[in-house]
Amino acid sequence: MRRTVIFKGWKLPILLLLPQLTITALFFFYPAGQAIWESLFIPDPFGLKSQFVGTGNFEFLLSDRYYRNSFRTTAVFSISVTFLSMGIALYLAVLADRLIKGAGIYSSLLIWPYAVAPAIAGVLWLFMFNTRVGVVSWYIGLLGYDWNHVLNQGEAMGLVVLASSWGRISYNFLFFLAGLQAIPKSVIEAAAIDGAKFWRRFRTIVIPLLSPITFFLLVVNIVYAFFETFGVIHTITSGGPQQATTTLVYKVFSDGFVGQDLGSSAAQSVILLFVVGLLTVIQFKFIERKVHY
Amino acid sequence: MKARNNRMASIRIKEVFKSFYKTKIIHGISIDIQEGEFLVIVGPSGCGKSTLLRMVAGLETVSAGEIFINGRMVNEDEPMERNVAMVFQNYALYPHMNVFNNMAYGLKIAGTSKKEIKTRVDNAASILQLEDLLERKPRDLSGGQRQRVAMGRAIVRKPDVFLFDEPLSNLDAKLRVKMRLEIKALQRSLKTTSLYVTHDQVEAMTLADRMVVMNNGKAEQIGVPLEVYDYPATLFVAQFIGSPSMNIFKGNSNNNAVTFGDSIEISSKTRFDGEVFVGIRPEHLIVDPDGLLTVRLKITEPLGANTLVYGTVKGTNEEVVISLPGTVEIDSLKNEMRLSFQNKNIHIFDRKTNKRIG
Repeated sequence: MRRTVIFKGWKLPILLLLPQLTITALFFFYPAGQAIWESLFIPDPFGLKSQFVGTGNFEFLLSDRYYRNSFRTTAVFSISVTFLSMGIALYLAVLADRLIKGAGIYSSLLIWPYAVAPAIAGVLWLFMFNTRVGVVSWYIGLLGYDWNHVLNQGEAMGLVVLASSWGRISYNFLFFLAGLQAIPKSVIEAAAIDGAKFWRRFRTIVIPLLSPITFFLLVVNIVYAFFETFGVIHTITSGGPQQATTTLVYKVFSDGFVGQDLGSSAAQSVILLFVVGLLTVIQFKFIERKVHY
Repeated sequence: MKARNNRMASIRIKEVFKSFYKTKIIHGISIDIQEGEFLVIVGPSGCGKSTLLRMVAGLETVSAGEIFINGRMVNEDEPMERNVAMVFQNYALYPHMNVFNNMAYGLKIAGTSKKEIKTRVDNAASILQLEDLLERKPRDLSGGQRQRVAMGRAIVRKPDVFLFDEPLSNLDAKLRVKMRLEIKALQRSLKTTSLYVTHDQVEAMTLADRMVVMNNGKAEQIGVPLEVYDYPATLFVAQFIGSPSMNIFKGNSNNNAVTFGDSIEISSKTRFDGEVFVGIRPEHLIVDPDGLLTVRLKITEPLGANTLVYGTVKGTNEEVVISLPGTVEIDSLKNEMRLSFQNKNIHIFDRKTNKRIG
């Protein structure tokens, strides 16, 4: 049921909307506009003068092998982080939901990683997998495998995915656990009496009833993987080796602030803006429709 | 599983105990349920009646004792292996499935053919007047309709046993009476052995072939409803069954004379010496100018068909309720009223054991 409030005049509603509109204008529309404007120019490295190039920055980007690769990297990275963190979180939530004693303790402990800042999480994982002094890489070495994420692109990707997913598991776990606990116990029992064994119940009852939460987490996690993993990537690989872990967002930073190519960086921001917009539309248009029950 | 018609099963609950960690819930209950019988377990909340039902369903483990369905011990069986169907208090419909799929779920799992599923669901839907609602989701149904779907889900599977866990508690009073009659009619026509749990003694009285009155994890009395009503085995049963509940007075028994109230003496067949409780149902008290029991009146509740009169017994100040037929004007009630009763309507309980002695 939708409740509509009807205001008599237009002053109060405007006043109530103003704070949100101001924030949106100041921190979204203004920088976005700025980025679109700057994407049409190539400024010199010292920022003294800039030259209008029209769509030159975009044309260059689309023909750039590294930039096109960055799309693929971002897709692999985002999908891996989302599925890994959601998958593990769901598994842990199912286990925690079955507990009768000590569920609170396990839940509290599982939430801790969420409190660790991404950059610090990145450093932690970097130390563990350090090619010379890392504990984990030493054990992997004992198994006869030479771990070296500094040189190996696949290993670098694996490590940033792992580090980015780690803190995210906590967040997803909380939502999945809440979702599981919101399913009436009697519905599960009814399915058990109807003859459904654990996996069947999970597939036909639990998963569909969790779908609104799963969809929410999917959106939130993809946004996270796109934008909030900068700290992890920066501390662990700095986008390397050979741009193997340079996501679109990381490339905006490294081309703009490290490479001093501010025009290209702005153009990338604009492309990113459209990519995210498109993703959001796709998610809400095609997936949300299927998750209501 | 093959399709079967009007399957009947006996249930045997033998010395069953249940405890959760250190808390004991059920302290040894034995019930034999005949094939096709409608057995109602009634008791106050927390008496363990739902736990007992859930043990029969296989949703709770049995701590000690044995449960047999059709002569087969089912203690270790999963719910699905017992071939029972259960109707839950909150209906427990699958919220993401429409009515048809809610009813068909169990059949699909059992691997029933699509044609057979359709036949059975359509049949159940016509019995329960759900034909027009098959495409709807549970959230678009009223409470009574949801209740019907829950019933439908139980009957399409043609189970050996129906288990009802307070199925009418979430309905409003009028609908409850209607559904009560429907459940009774349905069970009579299907002849499926049914175990029904409720806290409502009216439901128990009206539905049951036999009823079990439970209190504190024990079966206080098992019997035909009217037998339980007329001869309550314990003080608890006497007060739990019947509305308003039975008047209880403290008394003394000396050989076969019982005294209570303002030195009222009655003869009793039982020979018993000691302190007793004397019980009389509100509807068994008669206005009589020569009556032995004098009551100081406090308040009346006119219900139309009858009037409840509340007061205290002169001499002992014990509370008393009288149910008088028709309407009794408060003006016509003096401060005091004399009442009589028939000796056959007197119930006597040992005050130490609370057991019936006469």
